[in-house]
Amino acid sequence: MKTYKFPIYILAICAVLTFVACGNDDDNVIEQVTCDDGIQNGDEEGVDCGGSACVPCVTALDFSGDYVQEDAMGRPGINTVFNDNDADKNDFNVTLHADRAGFAQKFDDRLEFYHDVYAASLNLEADDINYETNILGLDRPTFAFVLANTDALQVAPNGTTTYYDGANALTGRTITDDVIDISLTLMFGGESGTRFDGNNGTPQLTTDGVGFGDRAVGAFPYLETPNN
Amino acid sequence: MKKMKLFGVVGGVLLASAAFFLTSADHIDAPGVASTTSDIADLYAFEGDNPNNTVLIATVQGPLTPGDVTTNAAFDEDVVIQFNIDNDGDFVEDLVIQAVKRGDSMYVFGPVVPTAVGLTGQIETSGPMRSVRISTSDDVQITTEDGISIFAGPRRDGFFFDFNRFNMVISGAVAPEGFLPPGEASDFFEDLNVLAVSVEVPNAMLGTAPTHVAVAAGLFPEGALPDAYNVWVTTKRKQ
Repeated sequence: MKTYKFPIYILAICAVLTFVACGNDDDNVIEQVTCDDGIQNGDEEGVDCGGSACVPCVTALDFSGDYVQEDAMGRPGINTVFNDNDADKNDFNVTLHADRAGFAQKFDDRLEFYHDVYAASLNLEADDINYETNILGLDRPTFAFVLANTDALQVAPNGTTTYYDGANALTGRTITDDVIDISLTLMFGGESGTRFDGNNGTPQLTTDGVGFGDRAVGAFPYLETPNN
Repeated sequence: MKKMKLFGVVGGVLLASAAFFLTSADHIDAPGVASTTSDIADLYAFEGDNPNNTVLIATVQGPLTPGDVTTNAAFDEDVVIQFNIDNDGDFVEDLVIQAVKRGDSMYVFGPVVPTAVGLTGQIETSGPMRSVRISTSDDVQITTEDGISIFAGPRRDGFFFDFNRFNMVISGAVAPEGFLPPGEASDFFEDLNVLAVSVEVPNAMLGTAPTHVAVAAGLFPEGALPDAYNVWVTTKRKQ
């Protein structure tokens, strides 16, 4: 009888201990909660997701539906600079590359228009001030075609990535690339790149006088903390 | 006189309405998207700090004035921001990377072959999905998974341009001077912010790069330019 009681007593103690050890998580002191331990613990809302530490749970998210294009962008400033009216600007944003042939002619006209504006303001004949083949060797129709029909950033996986750095051209677009000056030079700089550079009585059309300023490029995500 | 008045009107109107400003570099874009949640400001594409990676950054809804306008700016859950990658030079997307907000996170799908190309599409849920909590002005949340890093949130606008002077230049109002010299010129975007999505992706996940379009078009000799993806960003709205 004595021996019989002893095991029951031991069993009772073990049962209590077991109950405590496997009880409600809230009662436990969790020494270490991780988001990859395969258990919903801590303040997780699901297994290894949600709460204050883990990526959000995704079980109830809805990604269904049809989405229709509203805006598009490849190279910087194309729509702003080369489409001169609201209807064309809106159209451009929802026109696929394959359908952009009509825009090449508009861009060609716009390039010449800008030169005519300066001719008029200098009291010169429009015919005397024309677009001149640029430093990339592109004549006006070719330049317009490139702008309209190949409107994307070309980005090279191998080699320097830059919009233009004097040695490399159209292999990417970095945050520090002065795309405005590059674009102005391609539009107004002529073959030397210095055609309308403010010297010798010419207007300054190849740089806007604004650079990167006090901005900085850090590690990923590369753009800076917001201005406050 | 005439020039001063024009500057005053243009400058005053633009500065006062910066929060509702015509936007995009695509800064200053079409009225159909200006000041909407689908308005694209900029696209950057460049080699990452890891030279085996390419970084794609899209900025939207710019420019944002600092303070409340920036704090309250939010990605629209009905708008998907899509990076399009062309691998064969036909300017039709062969791979896409899509970013769309749900709750307090940005969900990024891809790189994945899209089930539909062109002006309409769906979220490519069959492809890999990763998520990152959307950052605020005071913190930076980054998810790095399988070699891909993702970020979404407000950032200082990286775009720089004397936009006010540009308008005067193209109207002929400031002939014969043209643009202003450094020191006199003014960067319209210097103190502004924008919402950004940054993804850094191993090149191995972006497929092959086609012959550079300028070489393929015969504008440059073979070898003059490296093979290069054609990349553009689109925004699409849920119907």
